[in-house]
Amino acid sequence: MARDGGRDKTFTRRALFLAGGQVALFGALAARLYYLQVLESDQYVILADDNRISLRLLAPPRGRIVDRFGVDLANSQQNYRVVLIPEQTRSVETTLARLAEMIDIPEHDRRRILREVRRMRGYAPVTISENLSWEQFARINIQSLDLPGIQPDVGETRAYPKASAFAHVIGYVAPVAEEDKSLNNDDALLQLPGFRIGKSGVEKVYDQKLRGKAGSSRVEVNAYGRVIRELTRRDGQPGEMVQLTLDAGLQEYAVERMGEESGGLAVMDIHDGDLLALVSNPGFDPTAFNVGLTRAEWTALVQHPRNPLVNKAIAGQYPPGSTFKLVVALAALESGLVAPEHRVFCPGFMDLGDHRFHCWKKEGHGHIEFTRGIEQSCDVFFYDLGRKLGPDRIAAMARKFGFGGKLQVDQTGEKDGLIPTRDWKLAVTGVPWQHGESLNTAIGQGYVLTTPLQLCVMAARIANGGQFVAPRLFRDRAPVSGSAPESLGVSAAAIKFVQNAMFGVCNRPHGTGFKARIKEPALLMAGKTGTSQVRRITKAERLAGKKIKDENKPWHERDHAVFVGYAPVNAPRFAAATVIEHGGAGSQAAAPLIRDVLRLAQLRNPPGGMPGESFASLPAAKREG
Amino acid sequence: MSTRDGLRRPIALSFRQRLVAVNWGLVVVLFATVGIGFAMLYSISRGSTDTLVMKQMVRFAIGVGVLFAIALTDIRFFYRYAYSMYALALALLVVVEVAGRVGMGAQRWITVGTLNLQPSELMKIALLLALAKYFHGRSMEEVGQLRWLLTPLLLIAAPVALVLRQPDLGTATLLVMGGAVIFFMAGVRVWKFLIAGGAILVALPFAWQFLHDYQKNRIYTFFDPERDPLGAGYHIIQSKIALGSGGMFGKGFMQGTQSHLNFLPEKQTDFIFTVYAEEFGLIGGLFLLFLYFVIVGNGTVMALRINAQFGRLVAIGVTATFFIYLFINTAMVMGLIPIVGVPLPLVSYGGTAMVSILAGFGILISAHTHRDVRIPRRPDSPDF
Repeated sequence: MARDGGRDKTFTRRALFLAGGQVALFGALAARLYYLQVLESDQYVILADDNRISLRLLAPPRGRIVDRFGVDLANSQQNYRVVLIPEQTRSVETTLARLAEMIDIPEHDRRRILREVRRMRGYAPVTISENLSWEQFARINIQSLDLPGIQPDVGETRAYPKASAFAHVIGYVAPVAEEDKSLNNDDALLQLPGFRIGKSGVEKVYDQKLRGKAGSSRVEVNAYGRVIRELTRRDGQPGEMVQLTLDAGLQEYAVERMGEESGGLAVMDIHDGDLLALVSNPGFDPTAFNVGLTRAEWTALVQHPRNPLVNKAIAGQYPPGSTFKLVVALAALESGLVAPEHRVFCPGFMDLGDHRFHCWKKEGHGHIEFTRGIEQSCDVFFYDLGRKLGPDRIAAMARKFGFGGKLQVDQTGEKDGLIPTRDWKLAVTGVPWQHGESLNTAIGQGYVLTTPLQLCVMAARIANGGQFVAPRLFRDRAPVSGSAPESLGVSAAAIKFVQNAMFGVCNRPHGTGFKARIKEPALLMAGKTGTSQVRRITKAERLAGKKIKDENKPWHERDHAVFVGYAPVNAPRFAAATVIEHGGAGSQAAAPLIRDVLRLAQLRNPPGGMPGESFASLPAAKREG
Repeated sequence: MSTRDGLRRPIALSFRQRLVAVNWGLVVVLFATVGIGFAMLYSISRGSTDTLVMKQMVRFAIGVGVLFAIALTDIRFFYRYAYSMYALALALLVVVEVAGRVGMGAQRWITVGTLNLQPSELMKIALLLALAKYFHGRSMEEVGQLRWLLTPLLLIAAPVALVLRQPDLGTATLLVMGGAVIFFMAGVRVWKFLIAGGAILVALPFAWQFLHDYQKNRIYTFFDPERDPLGAGYHIIQSKIALGSGGMFGKGFMQGTQSHLNFLPEKQTDFIFTVYAEEFGLIGGLFLLFLYFVIVGNGTVMALRINAQFGRLVAIGVTATFFIYLFINTAMVMGLIPIVGVPLPLVSYGGTAMVSILAGFGILISAHTHRDVRIPRRPDSPDF
């Protein structure tokens, strides 16, 4: 019997060695545990809370936009959609592929999603598809447990019940662009997927009011992003309703009445400035911007010859033509240079230097006095006034009546128009003012540019007896002028004189607008026609006697038809103006439109008491020859 | 040797003697550790004993039966049948390869009736027994010679190759390490380990190609967990967050947010230590490590007291394997080593591991009880 002593010693020695190693490793474990749980603990506590608590923004419902009667112009509808939280998926590609079995995900959407996933941080949801049908939405809801990272979601989508009739004035909402975020980065709502903000019109101007305040919900989530429970909830503030001064029925009528024509139109209350209609035709579908335009749709809109994207009522700048003669007449009467009894002989033209200025009436008006000069819109009469007044007196009067600058109506993209002065000409062109230019200015041609809204304001300020009034779209907004009506500083006599002439334009048989008069005695309209030349008639054409009839010209070379008016004449309440692009003569294309609109405005908004929906039947919206 | 001879126990011990000789302290600590496992499974099931806890208790009951059955069996029984058991375990591994059902993407189970048997767990003990028996028969001189090492190397290589085919890198590693411990304790020269280690290092780049993608990912992830925080790196990041947020005193029993909110994966098996340390903090974590330390310490001391080479090799093998288990698991959840699918011994949910570990301790106790029993090196040999 023998024991292997060496084996015992080796075993003992090596067992102790092993035990030593084990003790060291135990020490390492304990040290690591101490490091994680004590030294680094704070950091992990924060991470754990991040893990556990997720702050979710609650988008407030966007406020409605309604007209003066409470008719919805913009509201919100439920939008069934599905969003993806990238960090909760194993593979975005696989998840999308599985989702594509249930709903259609076009290739360009797929690329957009993958691009957004790359760009955004993993916890930020990315919208996959919107405006799903209830069936699709329900199917995804049922399957969503098997699709980590996919969240069915009920959002809201902006709807425009009146569609294109209000496209410009109401504007549209669209997804937040990067530049929007930098502009007002304080609002976390902008980070929300699919959140939309106003991009133009009232939607943009009153965006803050309509948007509301974000609510938030602190929820405890598990690793799959499923909400375990809600910890706290702070309800947001829904967007406020914005009531506009617009009369939806009137505006819709005007749009329908304008039909295919392109142009702008405005109707306002001459006392408080309430805009009853602010039309730009043709319109566009505002919902398309909300959903997202394809490149082809966008190109079609931008390249459309009638510029549907431009709000022509405030951003369309046109020569006012003869409607500008009202301002020139006031300037003349107020200057003291011209008496109300002033007479001019119109042979059909006026020579100035070596240039001949033509009257619209080739054979001339013969001897013509002031009132008839307005009623019949004699160009030679106003050439005479223009020569006497010069540009600066005309410009001063024009500014009083709202031309040459923005009216600060609550819209986007409003334009200034242009009222030329001697200084302006010299500054811009470097060439001094020419006499002939005074003549062109006096008939609303040459450099003069105005917007339909400015023309409407002019008519309103004449109609209300020379008081300041500014257009407004928002009912709660105080009148720009302040409390008491503020005089423009034009004598009552001069205003009366022009009002009388405007009455004559529409209600005396020789007036240019007689054919387009309102016949009900209580609703009578006063106004002024205008036909503004787009293309200069060359001397050669005149000499050759080849003056082409306007209607035979290509559309874009035809004259703009302009008309301004107010009604009723005895106690004026509403003013209106329109420019029909390339519509031809103002008396034919513009005056009947304003007549019908002003008539309807009076019927829909009877004097005294709150306006109601009950009103006389609408005049048939048919075009007049 | 005379003192030992004087204390030498009779050849055969009575049942009562064996019962008295059981290291009851060790048994208590083992059961306490298992108790922590029950508590954690209870917490994970949110206060329900219906599924996890009940099943685990049944397995524990079976394990306790196995533990005492083995602990009260004469160590010479295991010596005698060491090779047979090894052959059986090897055969079962082959069966798993052929007929085992696919579970978790790897073939590891064999269904016997209603029981899912994991032959690789059986092999862990069988390999220790076979190697111990082999080295028991070798003199120090023979152990020093390379040719005597070929057989035990083959004993290790065969099951490792089968386990790798399943594929189960974790178990293969454990088998190799368990075998290496026996080699080391049997007195194989240190320089041979160094050469073997060097050879493994050289072979690693080649072995890399044979790794599965998920295995490669785990290793990549170990070096850079942020590489794929929602994929392969997810487990370790979440585990560290859970541990770290537990802090010194923990979040309280059943209050672990990370584990209860499902941030933690495989929390009832591989990551149960994380659940525990999140809820009981550093204090709790150190307490569990202390229990393990007591177990490993007891095992080592018991092994040192055993005279027969077979018994002490098995004893130290069981203890070291146990230590390797617990070290790999805890180090893994703490982010010290790559993720390897190794459960926390005695605590993790899982039947075969629980039973095989308790069986291992049964052999340790039996070997300790029969520490003075002579086992001839060869039949008819006077040496022991």
